[in-house]
Amino acid sequence: MFQIEKLFVKNVLKIKALKLHSSIISIEGQSGSGKSTLLRLLNHLDNPTSGNIYYKNQKLTDIEPMELRKKIVMVPQSPVVFDGTIRDNLNIGLEFSGEEPASDNQLKDMLQTLWLDKILETSASDLSGGEQQRMALGRVLLMEKAKVFLLDEPSSDLDDHTTDHVIGEFINRAREQEKQVIMVTHDKSVTDKFADQKINMDEYSLHLRNEARYDE
Amino acid sequence: MMNEGSMIDFSFWQIAFAYVFILIVFLIVRIKKIPREKLIIMSALRMTLQLILVGYILVYVLDNPHPLITVGIILIMLSFAIFNVYQRTNPVIKMSLKKMIALAMFIGISVNLIYFMFVVLQLDPWYEPQYFIPIGGMIIGKTMTGVSLGVNNLLKGMKDQKEKVEGALMLGASPRVASKEIINHAFDEAILPTINSMVGMGIVFLPGMMTGQIIAGQSPTMAVKYQIAVMLGVAGTVSITVLIFLHLAYKIFFNEREQFILTKRDIAKKDLPVEYD
Repeated sequence: MFQIEKLFVKNVLKIKALKLHSSIISIEGQSGSGKSTLLRLLNHLDNPTSGNIYYKNQKLTDIEPMELRKKIVMVPQSPVVFDGTIRDNLNIGLEFSGEEPASDNQLKDMLQTLWLDKILETSASDLSGGEQQRMALGRVLLMEKAKVFLLDEPSSDLDDHTTDHVIGEFINRAREQEKQVIMVTHDKSVTDKFADQKINMDEYSLHLRNEARYDE
Repeated sequence: MMNEGSMIDFSFWQIAFAYVFILIVFLIVRIKKIPREKLIIMSALRMTLQLILVGYILVYVLDNPHPLITVGIILIMLSFAIFNVYQRTNPVIKMSLKKMIALAMFIGISVNLIYFMFVVLQLDPWYEPQYFIPIGGMIIGKTMTGVSLGVNNLLKGMKDQKEKVEGALMLGASPRVASKEIINHAFDEAILPTINSMVGMGIVFLPGMMTGQIIAGQSPTMAVKYQIAVMLGVAGTVSITVLIFLHLAYKIFFNEREQFILTKRDIAKKDLPVEYD
């Protein structure tokens, strides 16, 4: 439910107008085309040089940042692992957004959904990269207040078979709960299978069009 | 009062013999070709000059007790301690962080010193320089060490754990919650030397103040009482000052839109607290 107007980030990207209204959106583009930058702007971790982003007709800059990020959550490309067990790590999103921790049954169900054959007491730092990535996806999927999921390369550490299942499950659950997914991915099969809207960042990239010194 | 009579006075030659230690070090360093000769000589000379100067100042101050002089000396020591923390911090630090260091040290040390002098020691008169100045100096010195450890570990934590801090923000955590692990770790590191010295005290070593009192002819039990009080005062002041500092300082890593400025893409210079590498 985003609307972008005259968005400009110096040396990186320039978007005259763009609507992100579909429920499952994929963002593609070469490396350096500004894909991650766009996600960071939507999560309000960065400010554009100029221009506006609206979420449900409200300027991002008019929304209280913490409230905004509880609704529009982001999963970065390299998964973040907090101190503690898998249980702690799955619950921490709920803790941040002020929600009740999930029951063990809910958490076990989530592990199953994500094909994580682990017990909740396992130390999260013992997981492999791919497992940590799935745990990071489960963490946000549990957050009921979240309305939009921004995923940066959610399947970069997963094999094709696991990607199909995990991303598929993630998207099914998001659709059921009428939540939006905006994901950066270089994986064509993910895009073709799941995306309702495709965005190619190469079109908007200043870096790639050699307009690095372009100034408005 | 001091039992001056029971302490053996040093002659000039005895002190001169003590310099033999540093001469030996100097020779060893020279033979081994470790390029530290200048540093060793300079620091020994510096210590000698500073202590002689302080000795004369203290003679004057103890003979002429005055509240303004006592407070003045404490404030001078405090300022030196603050500048020392600035110098001991590894990366060049920005003004905003310097302000937090000064503010935390000023508040933490003054509040604790006032409590210690008025409630614990109950000096009469309250500005009695014989007690106020040396004990104040000890507390300020240990706090300085604690705060510089706190500063360095906060900077290091924020830098090394950028992803974690921002990963928490991405899910709606407040800057405070996102920095919690780093703040706690920096606190641990800052108070560890104080805790260790409490644990080792009396077994591994005899603390300097107690040693001094015993040499000066004070009864060991009296010296122990003072040492216990001072050690508790030091531990309290270090902890409280470091806590005040950390809870003020983590904020400068975030801007008013609760964005983490060490990872922001378009880094406006005014947003940067720290110049790295």
